[in-house]
Amino acid sequence: MKQSFRQSMAWLHTWTGLLVGWLLLLIFMAGTASYYREEISRWMRPEVPATTTRGPLAAERALQYLQRHAARAESWTVTLPDDRTGTLRMFWRNPESATPVDDGKRRGRRGGRFGDATVNPDTGEAIAARETRGGDFFYRLHFDLHYIPVVWARYLVGFCAMFMLVAIITGVITHKKIFKDFFTFRPGKGQRSWLDFHNVSAVMALPYHAMITYTGIVTLMFMYLPWGVKAAYPADEDAFFSAAFAQFGEPREAAGTPARGTDIARLLDASSRHWRGGEPGGFTVHHPGDAHAVVDVFQRTGKRLSIDTPSLRFDGVTGALLDAGPAPGGATRTRGVMYGLHLARFADPLLRLLFFLSGLAGCLMVASGVILWAIKERPGHLKAGRIGFGLRLVDALNIGTVAGLPIAFATYFLGNRLLPLAIAERASAEANVFFAAWAVALLAAFAWPKRAMWAWQLYAAALLFLLLPVVNALTTSTHLGVSLAQRDWVMAGFDLAMFALGAGLACAGRRMQRWQPPASAAARRRQSANVVDTGPAGAGA
Amino acid sequence: MNVPSSPFPRRLAGVIRHPRVGIASRSLAAILGGYALAATTSSFLALALPMDRAQAVLTGMLVAIVAGACAALWAFAVRSALRAWIGIALPALLMGAGTVWLGPAA
Repeated sequence: MKQSFRQSMAWLHTWTGLLVGWLLLLIFMAGTASYYREEISRWMRPEVPATTTRGPLAAERALQYLQRHAARAESWTVTLPDDRTGTLRMFWRNPESATPVDDGKRRGRRGGRFGDATVNPDTGEAIAARETRGGDFFYRLHFDLHYIPVVWARYLVGFCAMFMLVAIITGVITHKKIFKDFFTFRPGKGQRSWLDFHNVSAVMALPYHAMITYTGIVTLMFMYLPWGVKAAYPADEDAFFSAAFAQFGEPREAAGTPARGTDIARLLDASSRHWRGGEPGGFTVHHPGDAHAVVDVFQRTGKRLSIDTPSLRFDGVTGALLDAGPAPGGATRTRGVMYGLHLARFADPLLRLLFFLSGLAGCLMVASGVILWAIKERPGHLKAGRIGFGLRLVDALNIGTVAGLPIAFATYFLGNRLLPLAIAERASAEANVFFAAWAVALLAAFAWPKRAMWAWQLYAAALLFLLLPVVNALTTSTHLGVSLAQRDWVMAGFDLAMFALGAGLACAGRRMQRWQPPASAAARRRQSANVVDTGPAGAGA
Repeated sequence: MNVPSSPFPRRLAGVIRHPRVGIASRSLAAILGGYALAATTSSFLALALPMDRAQAVLTGMLVAIVAGACAALWAFAVRSALRAWIGIALPALLMGAGTVWLGPAA
């Protein structure tokens, strides 16, 4: 390549970006939605009531529920309710001997060794809600994709992430005037405007983009780069994980004699004092009801940057503190903060909104990048007289993902409200609805990859998003009329956000419909010469 | 590079010099070489860093991701595909050899 360094980096930026752009857009959109994973789950289970009970009282109700329904379990794990999720979530591990023969229908992992329940902390009763994966669908879609084996999906996502990292670095190198670009937007000038928009969406949230891409690779690095563990711990990889992460060893063996458990409220209080005000987020009881019961209390994830939260181990009968865990090493903490930054569980509502908007900026950056490629290519094809295969393919993929994915997202939410509640495998039916809608959008885009298709699909997405609050009002009792009056900001916020997304997409569709290709300078001169009597109206941008 | 005078090698040299072959070669250097560099970097640092073994393993991984990305930039920044390969393969081989030499931590 006989080019300058900057030119070769621009080339690399173009092609790394284009090759993975469409899958990257899916990953970005799913990831951005995942910032509101709990809120989406809440909206998608309208039967789940708003609750007020928190802290020790909720913990006691959890233990009462578990004593009634899982008294023989080896361990119980309880996640306490907070302001984002108002329910008690718990799972338990049954002893091997008591595991029922798998009849293929039992929910839970590993053929029924695990049980789980969602319990209302106000009443202590299990909550029956429609079968849905809620926001977890987007969270998994973000790195496990769908329909393909998880291992392949994660390698594919990691590959895309490395391309993205390279595209970000080369994008920065390509810029001569990165600071000036921040303030530059020249609308109505075709390719120049798209380039400006691509720059603004990229540069405005650049620290975020670089952070989210690198930390995203960090979340799965044990899978991508197992070689360091293999080199340093050739015989026993588990030894590495317990050396790097384990806070406690295995709990002591069960005594086999029953004993009354200690007061959980006291343990939570002691933990909070030990952490100087750090809030307990949940606990695990090993050997419940046994004389050798052990309780591990873990701190709430929402209050620290790091994903690794401190835990305390108590004697489950006497309540004595057994172990406070060793202090984690520097690299463990660094990795924990990287991981935590990616998931942003620490974010309060305003910061969460900023993360979400940065994620949206990332979606717009990827979308404008792939569109920019098509706009740059088009003049050459027009000169040649026909649209070549490559450009047609890119056009179709652009329409089918940039406009088609919002259609899929909205249809997924609509499916949650409109699919019959009693159908079998309802949660996977909802996921199928997502991909069916996307497939229709892609097929339509391949059949007719023209500007009219852009407008139609953007309008269709807008309509579906605008319909969501309406359908919600018709099918549930958690619609805006109720949620606004009750100041239920999760439910109301979701509906209002859908209105906002729909309005934004409608504006985009309208612009796409009305857009005129910018005339060349020569054509403008000709035009203004022709209309000289009525003034140079045609010369404006 | 001297172009040999016989027709077949000349044609071969022509093929090798075609820009598409150069790009394909650089892409392979970036993707495969970049991964090899990341893998050897993480293994070498896991054994060589003078710190707690588990912490060294983690540090090696965190650094290796950046090394892999830099390899991709290098592959397309240098003047020829050959330099791209040398610049990535040499450090990867050195660190691979270092990993073997240091051996597994007992």
